[in-house]
Amino acid sequence: MIATGVRATARIVAREDGRGGTALPVLEGDGPLALRRTRATGSEARVMLVGAMSGPLGGDHFAVEADVESGARLRVGSAAATIALPGQAKGESRYDVRIDVADGGELHWLPEQLISVCGSDLRVTTRIDLAGSARLVLREEQVLGRVGEEPGRLTSRLTLRIAGRTVLDQELACGPGAPGGWDGPAVLAGHRAVGQLVVVRPEFTREPPAARMLGECAALAPLGGPAVLVTAVAADGLRLRRVLDEALASLG
Amino acid sequence: MSRGALLVLADGRFPAGGHAHSGGAEAAVKAGRVTGAASLGDFCRGRLYTAGLVSASLAAAAVLGVDPVELDAAADARTPSPALRVAGRKLGRQLMRAARATWPSGELDALAREFPKGAHQPVVLGLVARAAGLGAEDAAYCAAYESVSGPASATVRLLSLDPFDATAVLARLAPELDLVADRAVEAARRVVELGVDELPCASAPLLEIGAEAHAGWAVRLFAS
Amino acid sequence: MHLDHTHDGPAAVSADAHRPDGTHRALRIGLGGPVGSGKTATVAALCRALRDELSLAVVTNDIYTREDAEFLLREAVLPPERISAVETGACPHTAIRDDISANLEAVEDLEDEVGPLDLILVESGGDNLTATFSKGLVDAQIFVIDVAGGDDIPRKGGPGVTTADLLVVNKTDLAPYVGSDLGRMAADAKAQRAELPVVFQSLRTEAGVGDVARWVRQQLAAWVA
Repeated sequence: MIATGVRATARIVAREDGRGGTALPVLEGDGPLALRRTRATGSEARVMLVGAMSGPLGGDHFAVEADVESGARLRVGSAAATIALPGQAKGESRYDVRIDVADGGELHWLPEQLISVCGSDLRVTTRIDLAGSARLVLREEQVLGRVGEEPGRLTSRLTLRIAGRTVLDQELACGPGAPGGWDGPAVLAGHRAVGQLVVVRPEFTREPPAARMLGECAALAPLGGPAVLVTAVAADGLRLRRVLDEALASLG
Repeated sequence: MSRGALLVLADGRFPAGGHAHSGGAEAAVKAGRVTGAASLGDFCRGRLYTAGLVSASLAAAAVLGVDPVELDAAADARTPSPALRVAGRKLGRQLMRAARATWPSGELDALAREFPKGAHQPVVLGLVARAAGLGAEDAAYCAAYESVSGPASATVRLLSLDPFDATAVLARLAPELDLVADRAVEAARRVVELGVDELPCASAPLLEIGAEAHAGWAVRLFAS
Repeated sequence: MHLDHTHDGPAAVSADAHRPDGTHRALRIGLGGPVGSGKTATVAALCRALRDELSLAVVTNDIYTREDAEFLLREAVLPPERISAVETGACPHTAIRDDISANLEAVEDLEDEVGPLDLILVESGGDNLTATFSKGLVDAQIFVIDVAGGDDIPRKGGPGVTTADLLVVNKTDLAPYVGSDLGRMAADAKAQRAELPVVFQSLRTEAGVGDVARWVRQQLAAWVA
């Protein structure tokens, strides 16, 4: 028997509806990736990613594409953590997120954690393309293993382009088989949760927030563009969330 | 290539400012994450496969003739910590000065004019290697080796670590240095074909966070 | 900025007496010597003595802090933009002798940002008797020792004592209390240094830094001649 993974692509398009709100002309779930529109607040449309199953399993290839058009406002969350599991199929699984936000558009991309379970092998890529006056809040959290368990292999790349210029390109590789030293004092040092928060606001061009520490294990850094990055490591997902929430609140 | 020129460039005594930087070791020592030879080895290994690989790829790509302005922007995107961006440019400027006296070259003069306050050190290193008649592999080795030799010698000063133990740490990393230099050159060749997005972007969260913490200290031995 | 007119390169590499635009650069004088001998106090006194007649700036080389720079800032001997601190990675002698790149950046940045300057004082972090400045970094150097450090230091010699362009024996007011024999120090210094000048000073007396300031003025006159 040859097992092949599941391929699924979910798509969201957010568009100004002309009445002060945001319409979702495209809201397409696919197989295990279900999308639900939830109650909007003000001009912002809200979407939940609902995991109809717990994947991705080995060999699966999931993708989510979100397009926020000019002037539209969208908030995307997920109903539960995404759990990377080992599967029958050979090879790594993939999870690719593609985000486009046009001028005057705003996206809050705040999914729950990704949990890398023992024996899993997942490659995540998140590619964000923003127009010059787009706004973004994006959170990524990785939890390495369920409680008391060794993590799986996880590689996660985050690329942010603003007006065609790459202002952030980072890849974290961890778990068994990752390049040496990933759990050592230069990289994670035994921390089991690692996360990033990206905030892009056009007004940061004029007034970039100053670099600062957020406790011992997190730092806020202005990037080369109207963007800041918060990088944090923590003992567990709960503590990580607290640090990232505080960081976002501190930006006002 | 001249193996002699490679030794001159890779020598820790090459006067390009490296002695004042710890490559993140001072922050890791203060945080209690590096306490002796074993944890220094883990630290260096993590640094080699992240910052070291990125630097080596940038340097190799510069040797292969990729536009240094694009490489410099790619280095920025791969260095979210402002403290590390400042340190990288400072060291780039110091290397530029030493190299222009050592291997005068129009290409180096042009880069110095383009970046009066310094381009990222690995980008400068690549052009210096070119000026010295060295190849992409040589530049990758220099960058990868520097990424671990700096922290090792800093730790000797910070912890009064036995210098023989610190040097043994570096010697044991040699096969992995080979591996990283190979990967860097492969990546640099892809960059020539496909553009700077092909550059590795391996990151080390604690190096980034530690660099920001270190930059805020009032009392420290090293500049970064 | 006229970067391209006279020189091919964008900036001087090392001890070149001219700036990229062809103008004469500032005279650079290094001050070295053991910890606690009074280098920073001498720099502060020189700044007070010379700041009204000369355009000057200071580079400090601190061992592990910005303490010397901050002392000068606190004492307000110069406006803050004229004081620059170089970090030395726990090796102050390396930064002034073996790898002078960071100090050269600092002196050139000062000239670019607050220039034109007549004089830049480069103060070494306190080190040992062998620490001397590279000729690629400074045009002349002063070595500062003090009577409390032992009156046998001139006899022991070492590169700082024997080769510095000016030897300053500081804190002469303390000699009676620490049992140092100033006559013997002068004779030993003479034996080590032949014709090279030696100044005995106490910054607590009226004369203060006067002799050193006079020597600096002579150096400057020769430099611009």
